[in-house]
Amino acid sequence: MVPLSYYLVLSAVLFGLGVVGFLLKRSVITIFMSIELMLNAVNLAFVAFSYQWQALSGQVYVFFVIVVAAAEAAVGLAIIILVFRNRASLNVERLDSMKW
Amino acid sequence: MLELLWLIPVLPLAGAFVLGVAGRRWSQRSVVLVGVGSTGLSFATALGVAAAFAELPAEQIPVVKSYFTWLAAGSFRIEAAFLLDQLSLLMVLVVTGVGFLIHVYSVGYMAHEGGYYRFFAYLNLFMFFMLVLVLAANYVLLFVGWEGVGLCSYLLIGFYFLRQSAADAGKKAFIVNRIGDFGFTLALLLMFWTFGSLDFTSVFARAADLPVESAAWGQAGILTAISLLLFAGAVGKSAQIPLYVWLPDAMEGPTPVSALIHAATMVAAGVYMVARSHVLFAHAPFALMAVAVIGCLTAFYAASIGLVQNDIKRVLAYSTVSQLGYMFLGLGAGAFAAGIFHLMTHAFFKALLFLGAGSVIHAMHGQQDIRHMGELRKKIPATFWTFLLATLAITGIPGFSGFFSKDEILWQTLISPSLRFGWLLWLAGLVAAMLTSFYMFRLVFLTFCGQGRYTPETARKVHESPRVMTAPLAVLAFLSVVGGWVGIPAVLGEPLGISNWFEHYLEPVFAPSTEILHASAMTHSHSEELGLMGLTVLITLAGLGVAYTFYLRNPELANQIAETFRGPYRVLVNKYYVDEIYHAVVVRPLHWLSERVFWQVVDVGVVDGAANGAADRARQLGAWARRLQSGNTRSYGAWVVVGTLVVLSYFYFGKEYLFR
Amino acid sequence: MTAEAVLFFVFAGIAVLGALNLVIQRHPIHSALSLIVVMAALAVLYLLLGAEFIAAIQVIVYAGAIMVLFVLVIMLLNAGEEERTNLSQAARYLGLPVAVLLLGAMSWMLFRAGPADGLVQADRFLGQTGPIGRLLFTDYALPFELTSVLILIAVLGAVVLAKKEL
Repeated sequence: MVPLSYYLVLSAVLFGLGVVGFLLKRSVITIFMSIELMLNAVNLAFVAFSYQWQALSGQVYVFFVIVVAAAEAAVGLAIIILVFRNRASLNVERLDSMKW
Repeated sequence: MLELLWLIPVLPLAGAFVLGVAGRRWSQRSVVLVGVGSTGLSFATALGVAAAFAELPAEQIPVVKSYFTWLAAGSFRIEAAFLLDQLSLLMVLVVTGVGFLIHVYSVGYMAHEGGYYRFFAYLNLFMFFMLVLVLAANYVLLFVGWEGVGLCSYLLIGFYFLRQSAADAGKKAFIVNRIGDFGFTLALLLMFWTFGSLDFTSVFARAADLPVESAAWGQAGILTAISLLLFAGAVGKSAQIPLYVWLPDAMEGPTPVSALIHAATMVAAGVYMVARSHVLFAHAPFALMAVAVIGCLTAFYAASIGLVQNDIKRVLAYSTVSQLGYMFLGLGAGAFAAGIFHLMTHAFFKALLFLGAGSVIHAMHGQQDIRHMGELRKKIPATFWTFLLATLAITGIPGFSGFFSKDEILWQTLISPSLRFGWLLWLAGLVAAMLTSFYMFRLVFLTFCGQGRYTPETARKVHESPRVMTAPLAVLAFLSVVGGWVGIPAVLGEPLGISNWFEHYLEPVFAPSTEILHASAMTHSHSEELGLMGLTVLITLAGLGVAYTFYLRNPELANQIAETFRGPYRVLVNKYYVDEIYHAVVVRPLHWLSERVFWQVVDVGVVDGAANGAADRARQLGAWARRLQSGNTRSYGAWVVVGTLVVLSYFYFGKEYLFR
Repeated sequence: MTAEAVLFFVFAGIAVLGALNLVIQRHPIHSALSLIVVMAALAVLYLLLGAEFIAAIQVIVYAGAIMVLFVLVIMLLNAGEEERTNLSQAARYLGLPVAVLLLGAMSWMLFRAGPADGLVQADRFLGQTGPIGRLLFTDYALPFELTSVLILIAVLGAVVLAKKEL
């Protein structure tokens, strides 16, 4: 029996932590996981609003988000494997080949 | 025949164009055919127009023929129009006539020089511009001719452009002229502002309705301002003080050029312009006074320099400056007809003098220093006799043309009702006449008489000029003698039954101003006039006598006097150091200004600085912005978050505040 | 304090702690496991909001498949602990403050957006499988079909990218 806004605040907090992780971590995989965290936070917000408006479409969107996240994770990890093969490092700061 | 008026300037223009474009490979004969032929045809057309003009009834004069509208901007219209009245017809005849004779002379004189076609092309172009100048019906077209003759003067002075002194002289002429032209332009602006038009007919009609302005020092009206500025232009073009310095240097050009441009026609343009604007000047007594004073001063000053010069052309150059001063003196005294009369006679005898000098130089194979001449009288008799006739004319020996014109000017100066110190100017003019006589006869004696001051080898090579050169000399000599008789003053003419045809001829032109200027004229007796005439003659003969003593009787006397008065002699020989003064006071500071300020500060610092600075800033901005594209993902991510925050804040907080 | 409230705070706390742990840990595997914890907690929260289907999907697909994939890749690549390189100045100085700011701003906004009164009751609204399925096959049929295409492309892409020789 909690006000709905608590769920939303929680969603915001999780999102913020996801942003923090995205900015502060150096391993590519961890950064990717922070992105997943952000997506989860958004899902929570969707579900909360779906409850508020009594509309099922909110949960349908969550469904789609999860599907897309899955596809994205698959391709993204494939790319990470490829990058690891070429650069022999997962440190995001070592990934660029720019001169300066 | 009057419809062919436009042909008069256009024929030389066509000649110039054809020669300029195609003349390079032509034979000398073809060049002469086109170059001299166009001028000759122009002269013939002028004669035809004159004949038709003589038939016109008085109401139809002046004839204005407008050919096309050159500029039209709102109420400002400038037509390409020619105005034909007695004054412009006279000028046209003088320009085409004397011009044609000089063209013929140049056929022989320039035969051994390079750039034959170029010479005639430039000369024809000059004829075109000069004719436009005298025929123009408005000030703008006059100015076109004015500038055009300045350009041709530059081109012709610097004809031997491989010689540094010639190139410098050309530049000097153009630049000094420009200073005067600036005054002229200001006058045009003021004129348009006051009268709303630059057309002769309308400007003079409106000016005639304005009151005569005061001659007092502090109270200048608009007409005085306009007149003074116009005169400033004339000071430059006609080589008066202080803008005369280009004329002696202009002697670097070929002698026919000196004869045509710097004696007979171009330098007379200023005189013509002032005469044409007589209505304006008549309403501005202060300006007239200025004209007279400067003219008189120049006449005296230039004559003094001419006393001690040793280059034959230079003596004649200073003589030209001095005689132009006389013309302006006449104009300033209100005797416009007298000034124009002297212009005409001067064209005859000065052109003759220069062509004769050219003949001497030709005979002496390039020698121009009179200290190395002498005893040429028997060797080149045609040149000698014509030169002598011209000298008699310029010094004002009775019976020759210069006598009548110069005397008229001196008399009018003395009796002028509008000049306050007329007698002082007359006195200066009288002294200048004596100086004129002295230096001209000095020139004759040193060049043609006495002992030859050169090697026998040189003596053997001296020969008379070919007929193509001596024939124009003869014609001009005839005009120098006879040309004055058309202006014989009443005092002399009445007993002989000859009237002053010249003055009557120009009367209609100057009528409006004559009313104003001679409103308060007193009558003078004939004996007064005759007495002064006699005085002038005496003074002239005195000058002749002194020259004779110095240079024929007792040749050493001149050098002794020069030694005794070494200081003044040096000042005169160095032309009062005016060139040096100008260089120090004007040229050097300007040069400093250009180099130190305009170049280093403005051009390098400001302009280059701005241009390079702008490029530099752009480069720096780019370098700074480049750091955003570091390739570093984390940095990108950070900026993305910042952007998100901004957008979020805008949508939540800012929307109402920003768009209040 | 009802049971629901207790459940909420407990599992919300677990989620937050798990997220914090994700950020703090140095080895990726620890971060991955923390993320699984977060997802599980979120699943419970979905149930509290009455979204049964989503809760189930979350556990099965997200925590059960995607995170397993993550763990698999971490093990495959044998990624070690993170290095301490600090090459990005923007991230270093801007990162934390801006993120906290973002968090604060969003929380505040969302706090204001939600209804002040009206407490959540789990049985008030049930996101059962049936109604969701009906929606998926009628109103959202096109996106549904497109997601199948999307998954196909993802599979192909992953295979092509990760192959050793083509």
